Parts: sequence; structure tokens; C-alpha cells
Amino acid sequence: MKITEAFERGEFVVTAEVGPPKGFHIEHMLEEAKTYLSGITAVNVTDNQSSVMRLGSLATCKALKDEGLTPIFQMTCRDRNRIALESDLLSAAMFGIENLLLLTGDHTKLGDHPQAKPVFDLDSVSLIHAVKQLEAGVDLGGNELVGEPPKFAKGAVVSPCSDSVDAQLAKMERKVAAGCDYFQTQAVYEPEKFIQFMEKAKQFGKPVQLGIVIPKSVGMCRYMNANVAGIHIPEEMIDELKADKEKTKAGITGVEIAARIIRECKPYCQGVHIMAMGWESKVPSLLEQAGLA
Amino acid sequence: MLITDLKAKETIVSLVGDKKAFIINCQGCKEVHFPEKEAAELQKELAADGKVTGIITTDYICNTENLELRLQKHMSEIEAADVILVFSCGVGVQTVAERFEDKKVCAACDTYPLPGFQGVTPLEYDCDQCGECYLNLTGGICPITACSKSLVNGQCGGSKNGKCEVDSNMECGWERIYRRLEQIGRLDLIKCPTQLRNFATDAEVSK
Repeated sequence: MKITEAFERGEFVVTAEVGPPKGFHIEHMLEEAKTYLSGITAVNVTDNQSSVMRLGSLATCKALKDEGLTPIFQMTCRDRNRIALESDLLSAAMFGIENLLLLTGDHTKLGDHPQAKPVFDLDSVSLIHAVKQLEAGVDLGGNELVGEPPKFAKGAVVSPCSDSVDAQLAKMERKVAAGCDYFQTQAVYEPEKFIQFMEKAKQFGKPVQLGIVIPKSVGMCRYMNANVAGIHIPEEMIDELKADKEKTKAGITGVEIAARIIRECKPYCQGVHIMAMGWESKVPSLLEQAGLA
Repeated sequence: MLITDLKAKETIVSLVGDKKAFIINCQGCKEVHFPEKEAAELQKELAADGKVTGIITTDYICNTENLELRLQKHMSEIEAADVILVFSCGVGVQTVAERFEDKKVCAACDTYPLPGFQGVTPLEYDCDQCGECYLNLTGGICPITACSKSLVNGQCGGSKNGKCEVDSNMECGWERIYRRLEQIGRLDLIKCPTQLRNFATDAEVSK
């Protein structure tokens, strides 16, 4: 199923992401996904997230699909040139994978292979363009595809709490012009900033899913504030995590905070995308507290 | 060696449009092939249409002090122009764009590499000699060298406090481009059609 169909039906679309392991044994990951994520619309599979080499996104998507889940194939432009990207898009179509999330990708220097060549032959915008071309039956070299062209729901990301939000909106507009169908955002901890962003972003007429990362600990918050682009966790929120160490450790405080953010932002967006980062088991209680279960 | 190759005539004419241009030719480096004859012909045509406030042909505009000295006598002509059209390698265009922050500075050439000495290149600016100069879309700041991913369709999500995800001492190139376009009133350029790099430049050089 294409995620765009759920948006068209007016559903508040819930997705979550899973990160493939560094190895090829995915029984545990599949089990967790089936247990905690089977009730949601679709599951993103990250593509060598943070430039750390792992099991491939496409293969993992296929495994999830075989288990009856709806995968969203994340593709970055860091590791493949346009030939490899287009080829993987055709492979995805062959597997019946219909949802894409198209990103530029982190630089190789950020990951566990800093010696690797960063490719960036395409970027998020030109990758959307490439998919659009394939859907029209032509590749980027101008050559015709054989048979029925593939059709995808084409997603992209945007960073609503970025300190250069105007540049982000400009990029979002380029993605829409290139053919993007829906957006998932970077993790949001400042609902008022997100709401202001949505006031400007609604002109593009594309569904936007609020990005959520459950805050796990004070250390995680401090790390993200110092190192992760587009994320700023307010000090009061960090104080909440500090208040009761046991409650925070059990994930109760983090889920409360995340649920509150979802409730505040829900009237302004079309869905939520949860990046659980190993806390997939907390997703059901988060959805329940957010009033989405 | 480098080759500075004139962009298509229609492109250069459209850069000026119905406005007035001041033209700078740089013929400094002996290692750079400059299309003197073709450039002169084109500039003559533009001048005949009354679109030129002044033309200088000089050397080493990439040296900021030298550039300042050479332009001294022409400041009123530059003032009267809407566009500064620079016929030079990518470094020269970036130097002029930096000097005239509020003016539209355009590249009239694409720069290609050839083996051998590269001419004089000051370290502050860089031209990757990609052969498809983007400076006219980016306010004279090169996205190939100022962005660590060489992105040509706008910033990624990796800048934090204006700094690049790769190097916290490096300013995000696309934030610089955004600010410059805002400054020269050309934010419309950020909405230009999707750009695709062309790495097949060898065929272009030999055309």
C-alpha cells in the first residue's frame, strides 16, 4: 500500500523507523517490528544511518514486507551514484515496495568508515527528480525503460526547528517542485516552532508527519543539543528527565514528553513519524498516551 | 592549465537582460586559456545595444588588493551598472562577488581543468573547475567548493548553528548562499529547476 493513499483518506498517518543491524541476522528486529509496529501504517527502514555500515535498507524492506508490514525504503545519495540508485529503485519496484523516503544523507566523515568516498552524485532533490523520471518510463540518461514504469509514494525530509528555517523551507519547495508527495520531519521538541513552521509549509499542500524521537536520558538530550542538526531540546524538558531518575530510566518520562509534543502538534500536521532508536517497545504506549491508539 | 570557456551566448545575454552591465575581463594567469576574441566580439555586441557601462581588461582579479586598485577609476561605471559580468575562472568571479556584496555578479565563463600548472589561486576561494559554473545561481558563492557535499539544489539538513556537519569551523555554504541571494534580492534563484551535475565534461572540453 502507498502511504499517500492513507493521507488521501484523511487518516492521521503513523509511521515508525527501524534500523537494520550490523550483521545479517534480523530475526530479533523482525520480531520486534511485528510485535510493536504492526498496527501502524508503515515502517521506515534507514539506509546506513549516520553513515554507519549495516544491513541494507532494500533487503530489510523486503523482509518486513514478507512479514506483512508496509515498508518505506529510505535511500540516501551518499553511497551510490545515479546508476546504482536508479537500479535499486527498479529492484524495489520488483519487490513490490511502493514507499520511498529520499534523502541526501549524512557525510561519510560522520560514520564508522570516515575513509570512504562520499558520492553525492545526486542529492535529495535530484533523487526525487530521478524517481519522477523513472515513473515516466525514462531514466536519467534519457533511456526508455522496458515495460510498465514503477510507481512510488515519494517522501522527503525537512527540518522545522532548524536555525536556518527559511533555507529549509526553500529546499522543501524545491522538493515539492521536483515531485515529492509527503514529508517526514526531523525530531521536534519545540511545538511552537513546529507550529510556526507549518503555518509557512502548508502553502505547499503536501502532508507533513511530525518527527518524534523519545528522549531517553539527560545525556542523550545534551548530546543531541550539541551535535544533532535541527534539534534543540529546551532546558525545562531536560529538567523533567532529571526529576525522577528511575522514571526516566524506565522510559516513562520520555514517553510522557513525546506524547505531549504529539498532542500539541497534531492539529497542525497530517501524521507522526516515530524514530524509536531501539525503544520500539515503547511505541504502543506512546501512541496510546498521544490518543492515537 | 585551465580553460575558461564562454557560456552560451544566449545565457550571457540573458544574464544582462534589459539591464546594464559592467564587464571585467581577467587575463592574468598564463596557464589559463582565455577566449579573448570571442569575448571581445560578444562584449562589442552588448555595448552596441547600450547595455554596457564600462569594460576593463586586467589581470589577477583574484588578488583582492590588485582588484581594488584596478577598479578604482571605474567605480562610477560600476555604480551605474545593475550587473557585473566577469569573464574569468571561477576564482575571479567569487572574488568580485565578495567585493560587491550588494551587486549581482555573474560568471560569463565555465572553467575546465587541463593537466599542468593551475595558475595563481589564493586559498580563500576555490574553483573546482567543474566546467558547469553554478555561480550565477548562487550569488557568486560556489556550491561545489563551499559545500562539503557539493550539493547543487540547496542545503542539506546537516548544518548546526550555521556550521557544516563535517567541520564545525566551516560555515554552511548554502546558508552563505541563501544570505547572499537575500542581500542581492535574488531569492527567486533558490527556486530554480532541479540541477543535475554533469561529470561528462571531457566531451565538452573537446567540443
